Amino acid sequence: MKASAPPKTESFKLSMLLSDTRYRGTSLQVITFIIFVAVFFWLVDNTLKNLALLGKDVSFNFLFLRAGYDINQRLIPYTSDSTHGRAAFVGILNTLLVAFVGCFFATILGLFVGILRLSKNWLVAKLMSIYIEGFRNVPVLLWIVMIFALLTEFTPAPKAFKGADPQATMLLFDSIAVTNRGTYFPAPIFGEGSFWLLLSFILSVLIVIFIKQYANKQKKETGKSLPTFWISILIIILPTLGLYFLIGKPISLEYPYLKGFNFKDGIHLRNSFLALTLALALYTSAFIAEIVRAGILAISKGQTEAAASLGLRPNKIMNLIILPQALRIIVPPLISNYLNLTKNSSLAIAVGYMDVRGTLGGITLNQTGRELESMLLLMGFYLCVSLLISSVINYYNRSFQIVVR
Amino acid sequence: MFNAVFSQIILVLLLIKIIFNLKGEIMRKSLFMVLSSILLIVGGQAAFSGGHSVTLDDVKARGNLLCGVSTGAPGFATIDDSGKDVGFDVDYCRALAAAIFGDPMAVKFVGLTSAVRFTALAAGEVDILARNTTWTYSRDTDLKQTFLGVNYYDGQGFMVKKDLGVNSTLELDGATVCIQVGTTTELNLADYFKENGMSYEPVPTADNAESQQQYLAGACDTYTTDASALHGTRVNLENPDDHLVLPEIISKEPLGPLVRHGDDNWADIGRWVLNALIIAEEKGITKANIDSWKDTKDAEIHRLLGTGDDDILAMVGLPKNAMYNAIKAGGNYGEIFENNLGATSGINIERGVNASWTKGGILYSPPFR
Repeated sequence: MKASAPPKTESFKLSMLLSDTRYRGTSLQVITFIIFVAVFFWLVDNTLKNLALLGKDVSFNFLFLRAGYDINQRLIPYTSDSTHGRAAFVGILNTLLVAFVGCFFATILGLFVGILRLSKNWLVAKLMSIYIEGFRNVPVLLWIVMIFALLTEFTPAPKAFKGADPQATMLLFDSIAVTNRGTYFPAPIFGEGSFWLLLSFILSVLIVIFIKQYANKQKKETGKSLPTFWISILIIILPTLGLYFLIGKPISLEYPYLKGFNFKDGIHLRNSFLALTLALALYTSAFIAEIVRAGILAISKGQTEAAASLGLRPNKIMNLIILPQALRIIVPPLISNYLNLTKNSSLAIAVGYMDVRGTLGGITLNQTGRELESMLLLMGFYLCVSLLISSVINYYNRSFQIVVR
Repeated sequence: MFNAVFSQIILVLLLIKIIFNLKGEIMRKSLFMVLSSILLIVGGQAAFSGGHSVTLDDVKARGNLLCGVSTGAPGFATIDDSGKDVGFDVDYCRALAAAIFGDPMAVKFVGLTSAVRFTALAAGEVDILARNTTWTYSRDTDLKQTFLGVNYYDGQGFMVKKDLGVNSTLELDGATVCIQVGTTTELNLADYFKENGMSYEPVPTADNAESQQQYLAGACDTYTTDASALHGTRVNLENPDDHLVLPEIISKEPLGPLVRHGDDNWADIGRWVLNALIIAEEKGITKANIDSWKDTKDAEIHRLLGTGDDDILAMVGLPKNAMYNAIKAGGNYGEIFENNLGATSGINIERGVNASWTKGGILYSPPFR
């Protein structure tokens, strides 16, 4: 930071650092930087000193000690013998799962609601307004708790499925069980030969993409649209389906069944996960809907009219003219909503969902008494995830901004 | 100045915790907690300098005792129909307040969930924690707390609905278990099921009320926590007879009040108020007959009640009749037990090991000398 070194040719006085406009900017910045670093170090030093007064040290060794507690939802193997660090990692994965699924559904839902709110149909438009205002104006924590309460109070216990004449039955040919402990879906079991099936599926998709590109090219050159929709669907479904029977049904479903206290096997979506994801997705979708609406309204009406005068139908106008332009306006504020959803997922503890706040910032913090360390790690984690999300979407955003030629 | 900045950091951490721990029900005293901690910061912090009890000075200057209790554990700390705090832990704090101020009502109760209790104590939000907390090695050493003794010898149990058809914890393989996060019971549970080669699915909850709600809704098969709390919860259910506390006790849970490390004098005060209540029961001193011991030949009673010549309570900075006031507040240990946990309360917990050593229990106080 020795940017304030004087040029050799002139005589230099120290006062020139502040009075001379050539140096003033730099020297002020250096001063500010020094003050900032000093305050920062003073804060850290002060914290450490006071922790020492309390008889506490700052140490992250607890991450390598045995955790001793169990976690219900684990995406990686974990037992009570695993370390606190691994428990934190289990929590991180759970957080990312909620964030990803939540953002996915929030985007789709928000897009639909936002477009429908502009519908000329009075009832549809009003219903969407009610949806948006309802979800947007109630704190998301209340939505989480309420959806969780609904899921646990108004669904049957696994016990209700027992007996010759059960009070509750499974849905869809005995394949899905909705209980107050979560919903159990059949899980796919990939047997021998699944690989070939996957390969054929990927090939079909590639062919469809190729056809699509060819059709677009034709359209640009000749102006004629080729009918690709049904052909694409057939290409995707038929070869894979044929191969499926040819190899001998390599993929089978593992159905959940009642054993002892609970349902066994299948995919278990816990109510805590469902409630949290659903509430976050619904809540955030209301905001996204408004962003979508704003984006669409920002496109001048002349564009719609010009497209209509060319003879395009309303949904073609939306897909080909309006949305591509609106996306440029929509995406930047969309990022903050994704970030909000991710950070709001830390409310998980309200319904006992074991996200990173619940494991590292909850149980581990409590059992080890390492408040400062746990909170620092948590903050670091959320910061990294948020920065990662922003950079990914910013990259995406740059790819379809107007290219100035 | 340094301390103020430090406690602001702690306060921010605590605020985060409080916000995260806000449940469906709004935490009754969270606002109060925040306000009181701000007061503490403004009032300056020198609580860890040792020597004379700084905590006692703070308490006296403030005019009341801040006592951390459970947010709702029947028998230990609840709020009755008239809005008054009642319970076993509550009565201990009232005795302590009576010893300091001569007024059992000079105490403010701060409801703390199991997850925030130690942070609240460490940050000076409360002067003492009487929140059915288990005394363990790591809490004593690593968490830098000082336990004042054991006021209730408890153990972890399981409660199930009778129609589940389970009569022993060993039949719980595969069960879904409601468990309060951040408790020793959480760790015992993991160890117990592992030892016995059984599997289970934990359903983490924040406090007793939430566990109870989940358990009643059938979101878990069994609810596990200290057996005393289970008994207390069971009686308050709509049909207590439909529920069963299983006979097995899977752990030792010695519960007791605690203070933060560093103020030994303050710890002594809390410890000896508890001992005084226990000695009072040994000697037969009750709330009703406490004034009738003036002519006794038992010197220990005179020392305890401050009716003799010795003023040994001056050693810890308490008035001569402090223990008299403490016992007068809610009676001796036995009376407090009966009123909150025993037959009088309807919870009907037997004294068992919590009886005085003179009556076959293990409750034993060092001599008041």
